[in-house]
Amino acid sequence: MATVPIAVERAGPGWGPRTLLRRLRSGDEIAHLATLCFAASVILITTWLVYVLWVNSALPRHKFGLHFFLTSVWDPIFDQFGALPFIYGTLVTSAVALLLAVPAGLGAAIFLAELAPQRISDALTFVIDLLAAVPSVIYGLLGIFTVVPLLRKYVQPFLHSTLGFLPFFQGPHYGVGFLAAGVLLAVMVMPFIISVSREVLLAVPVDQREAALALGATRWEATWKVIVPYARIGILGSVFLALARALGETMAVTMVIGNNPRISASLFAPGYTIAAIIANEFTEATGDLYLQALIELGLVLFLLTFILNGLARLLILLTTQRGTAQE
Amino acid sequence: MHMSVNLALQKNEAGPPQGSQAEPAADLRLRMRVYNLNFYYGSKQALFGINLGIAANRITALIGPSGCGKSTLLRALNRMHETVRYARLEGAIRLDDENIMGLDVTQLRRRVGMVFQRANPFPKSIFDNVAYGLRVNGFKGSLHEAVESSLRRAALWDEVKDQLHKSAYGLSGGQQQRLCIARALAVNPEVLLLDEPCSALDPVNTAKIEELLFHLKEKWTIVIVTHNMQQAARVSDFTAFLLNGQLVEFSPTSQLFTTPADTRTEAYITGRFG
Amino acid sequence: MNYRLMWRKAVNGVMLGLTGVCALLAVSVLFFILGYLVWHGGKALNWDFFTKLPKPVGEEGGGMANAIVGSAKLLLLASLIGVPIGFFGGVYLAEFGGRTFAFLVRYTTDLLNGVPSIVIGIFAYSIVVLPFKHFSTLAGGVALGIMMIPITLRSTENFLLLVPRSLHEAAMALGASKWKTIATVVIPAAYRGVLTAILLALARVAGESAPLLFTAFSNRFWSRGWDQPTASLPVMIFTYAIAPYEDWHRQAWAAGLVLLGLVLLTNLAARLVMSRGMSARRS
Repeated sequence: MATVPIAVERAGPGWGPRTLLRRLRSGDEIAHLATLCFAASVILITTWLVYVLWVNSALPRHKFGLHFFLTSVWDPIFDQFGALPFIYGTLVTSAVALLLAVPAGLGAAIFLAELAPQRISDALTFVIDLLAAVPSVIYGLLGIFTVVPLLRKYVQPFLHSTLGFLPFFQGPHYGVGFLAAGVLLAVMVMPFIISVSREVLLAVPVDQREAALALGATRWEATWKVIVPYARIGILGSVFLALARALGETMAVTMVIGNNPRISASLFAPGYTIAAIIANEFTEATGDLYLQALIELGLVLFLLTFILNGLARLLILLTTQRGTAQE
Repeated sequence: MHMSVNLALQKNEAGPPQGSQAEPAADLRLRMRVYNLNFYYGSKQALFGINLGIAANRITALIGPSGCGKSTLLRALNRMHETVRYARLEGAIRLDDENIMGLDVTQLRRRVGMVFQRANPFPKSIFDNVAYGLRVNGFKGSLHEAVESSLRRAALWDEVKDQLHKSAYGLSGGQQQRLCIARALAVNPEVLLLDEPCSALDPVNTAKIEELLFHLKEKWTIVIVTHNMQQAARVSDFTAFLLNGQLVEFSPTSQLFTTPADTRTEAYITGRFG
Repeated sequence: MNYRLMWRKAVNGVMLGLTGVCALLAVSVLFFILGYLVWHGGKALNWDFFTKLPKPVGEEGGGMANAIVGSAKLLLLASLIGVPIGFFGGVYLAEFGGRTFAFLVRYTTDLLNGVPSIVIGIFAYSIVVLPFKHFSTLAGGVALGIMMIPITLRSTENFLLLVPRSLHEAAMALGASKWKTIATVVIPAAYRGVLTAILLALARVAGESAPLLFTAFSNRFWSRGWDQPTASLPVMIFTYAIAPYEDWHRQAWAAGLVLLGLVLLTNLAARLVMSRGMSARRS
């Protein structure tokens, strides 16, 4: 049976909660409060940003309402502002970008995460991280002087002669336009797709791959039939993240989009995007309505990226947490 | 027999420490007392009604299978459990005659030092590691002397005196652990808590630390958690055996390992479980 | 060997090759950009570029000294805003954060990180340019500073969380209070990581031009003060590249080379700081 411990007289619990005063004296509460103020300022700034966008776009919201998004006349002289061409241009260029970047980016991510030897993978990942750091305006510079001429001289005539029966590949070859912007955006968002997808793939538990390999699957079969399906939600998250970037990308697109507020089915045609019109016309906007119409476009851009980013984070969180939970 | 020890401790608790090793029972004084301690992590109870006295200038060992609560008990002694969210305790712990919950926590931890399972030197120089506790506690006096004497007490001085300003990460594992002991001693605590200090060390370094402990108890009161029963038998004066959060037996070490009073203690020390 | 197995092995090999080509494609873009800029920019780069002001249209020569200084001033302002908020906010999340509020801060930070830079520009325009009634270096610095916050904040948090709990415990067991532990042990142990984070944030905003278009605006001369518009390298590249003059294109290439060089070198330096910290920790 239990022995008698070396104990002395019994005493009840002899303390209450720690007093605030004592905690203040140690400095901990002051440090806590001070850092909390800095953290809270992030929330303050973001809320302020939303407030500023909302308040400064009141005029066009009241004047045009939903028509702002549905009409396509952009005429500052007669105070007519319809955002449809810009929304169209933004969506089309982003779609072209994803169409090109997702397969290539996913392929590269699979190669880096699953198939490549460790050292090669490390080296390539390093370079791709650097690629993500290249400023937008540099892409624009290369876009104007290399991508646009290449498209005009070789790619667009080729597409025209082979796929010219499709409405997307018709009309004169300007070089600048939806296609040029889409290609540039594809190159720009690819590093993000690669690095996020790679991390999601690496978060898949090792036992999943080992189980597949132990059943006699080849490396590719294990990857394509087990790992990628397991990580598919996170990969979708990386695509959303890339889409959000493509929608908000400004400089490179502004330099090659052609700056023409028209809706046309052909990818060869020059167009316009939300970010590009803000960049081009914000400083010359005369009159409150004109300026506020541009700010409302900024608000639209903010909301689009807000929703996409929120979804993307949720999806990535879902996969990586499921991955770690099962480790 | 353990009953008589209990009585002896009670009778002598107020007596002054004698420092003599000849008659252990005669000069015992309790430095810390744990009364009826219940400990919870959230809703899970980890310790059940622990009563325990920690004798001054003696080494008290806490043993038991992993998960028995011995580290939890040790960490409660200088309130390190407060770094864990949702940890909560009931009961009382006294250091001399003060309730430790009533003390300023930083003061308490200065008086009750701790050495951890894995050596955890700061990424600073050897000198700065030992001086750290002195500096945060506003020590006035010769830092260099204090650092040297602490390193000497930890039997590390001769090995590091020429490289005091090099990174502590350059030391071997055993040296790092002795550095952590020196760091804990530098603030001159009254009690030194050691949480499995040798579990990551080889036998040679373990022997060095055990020898060190033997010298340290002349000046300090020591509580050591170990899962190594031989170590408890070698170094400690008193041993407490915990099982599933309960104190099963607490006796002089020689007695606990030779004539355990509880069948569960006997089962544990003869290796039938754990 | 049966045909089915051979087929599967062939698919395996082909897909390995294809995905490898994708990776190489991505990597080669960087080398293409670098090579092209060195080729075109190198020819146009000379001492004048760093020391002279831009020449009026039609005259050859001149440089972008004002833009280089302008970029440096903008980055200084941006750091003054972005680094304290990001750093201490990160300390809060890593060390003090409660559950709900910390989640809110984290979520908002990620949201702010995803806001398109042009929208940040509109914000800075509304809160700085409108009240002061003219474009200014200050407004540009505010825009870039806001962009630096999320990057610095989340990285600081992550690097502080990497500091082993055992170091916290060691300091607290010596009687250090929580904030002393953080200030004297945790932050020194993580300073390389935090430095890396700040360098990466700087490199990121150094190349931004969209938020500067209507905040710092541009300036063909030396900026005369913090409340005056200033030139910056990225905006100069934009203006010069879309202009119809051959000589301006040359200068745009040179500026592109300088900007890319700075950004990539900062990135490399950041990673070097980090990897040396890692090897020191391991020994």
